Amino acid sequence: MAKIIIPTPLRKYTDQNRAFETDKETLSDAIRQFVDEYPEVKDNLLDEEGSVRSYIKLYIGDEEVNPAKNGSRELNEDTEVSIIPAIAGGK
Amino acid sequence: MKNWQNIEFSGEELGHYSRHLSIPEFGMEGQKKLKAAKVLAVGTGGLGAPMLQYLAAAGVGTIGIVDFDKVEASNLHRQVLFGASDVGRPKVEVAKKRLQEINPHIDIEVHNVRLTSDNALKIIQEYDVVADGTDNFPTRYLINDACVMLDKPNVHGSIFQFEGQLSVFNYVDEEGNRGPNYRDLFPEPPPPGLVPSCAEAGVLGVLPGIIGCLQASEVIKIITGIGQPLSGKLFLYDAQDFSTRKVNITKNEDNPLRGEDPEITELIDYEAFCGVPSVNGEQQEESEVPEVTVEEYKQWLDSGEDVQLIDVREPHEVEIAEMGGELIPLKTITDNADKISRNKKVVVHCRSGQRSADAIKQLQEKYDFDNLYNLKGGILAWSEKIDENIPQY
Repeated sequence: MAKIIIPTPLRKYTDQNRAFETDKETLSDAIRQFVDEYPEVKDNLLDEEGSVRSYIKLYIGDEEVNPAKNGSRELNEDTEVSIIPAIAGGK
Repeated sequence: MKNWQNIEFSGEELGHYSRHLSIPEFGMEGQKKLKAAKVLAVGTGGLGAPMLQYLAAAGVGTIGIVDFDKVEASNLHRQVLFGASDVGRPKVEVAKKRLQEINPHIDIEVHNVRLTSDNALKIIQEYDVVADGTDNFPTRYLINDACVMLDKPNVHGSIFQFEGQLSVFNYVDEEGNRGPNYRDLFPEPPPPGLVPSCAEAGVLGVLPGIIGCLQASEVIKIITGIGQPLSGKLFLYDAQDFSTRKVNITKNEDNPLRGEDPEITELIDYEAFCGVPSVNGEQQEESEVPEVTVEEYKQWLDSGEDVQLIDVREPHEVEIAEMGGELIPLKTITDNADKISRNKKVVVHCRSGQRSADAIKQLQEKYDFDNLYNLKGGILAWSEKIDENIPQY
């Protein structure tokens, strides 16, 4: 199953789960299943048009993806989709 | 690095740097470039503390430090420049003394100020490389924009609990190609509150040590021209599962700093851009909710007034410091409105007064409470002014 890696700041909306496994075959279907499972994530991840918000990036491998642009991107059994939010800590 | 050829070293310096000089790729040229270089570290916190020590030890000739904070006890589990006897002293002063002990052959310039849109260009323009070890989004966007305007590379590190991020922004390679900047990666900051600060969310003490050392490594690579700086890439580290990733940063065509006719040509109000209250006292708006100072609240208690105290922090914070009151964490506050009195004064507190203000706003809007007072400065102010036995955290 493909996997969505959940970063720490979003885990408060995912019952502290660090990853979400999906049997969906495309990026947009997987993201839709993910936000359906954790509705509170949706507003913090996607804007009204379904595009990734400007303070978050999605990656497959080292390549940036966006369900609004690459939604039909196929996922394999071992695909990992990384959610990477802006963080600012340093002190 | 310019003007490095004429740099000379004393016998003592050659002894200090001998292990660098022994690396064939580094050698005398690399060491001369370091001595000729001027690096500005913004922030002497978790990232700045390790980074500064390695930059000083390595022989960066001039190191500037920007910080306006004083050392606090809660800094000591990660800010390894400081010790228990330094609590209460200005960080830049302690840092300068410690760094000069590590390496007496370099110059340390201190800027005991908050970096702002008014002073950033003047301070940054004197340096060759900037290392961002700050702790908030407004200053990160300020540093980014100033570095783009002044054509300086920006070595960026950031941390959250167990996770760290690292990149080199606005780096121009030997062919003259300019790499992406912070606004290419994240065009806008998250809404206030989504990503809490280290003060609120905590951080594994060793994590900024790891990321800060990597920042120092990137600074040294940029100065000496050795290796490939982390330009156009974002490095990610998660201490919990020891995972590391390196992803590509693509340039954003809508970046307002980019193009022949950029949208942003001078520094802006970064607090407003990030949606956070201004740090400038004159511009600070009056609180939206009724407040009570810790002195006034103490008077209420001393005069025997019947006051209910509500604590909206998390249970783990109560284990660190407690001043009484019923614990109702912020996220459950509206579900527990029936536990809050409407017939007497109710004081709501948290660590610093932000979450409690948020709790009062929610209760006012949803249930029309009109008897709630925010404890100004939270338990930190109570500890500072009323009961010093309560730990600061």
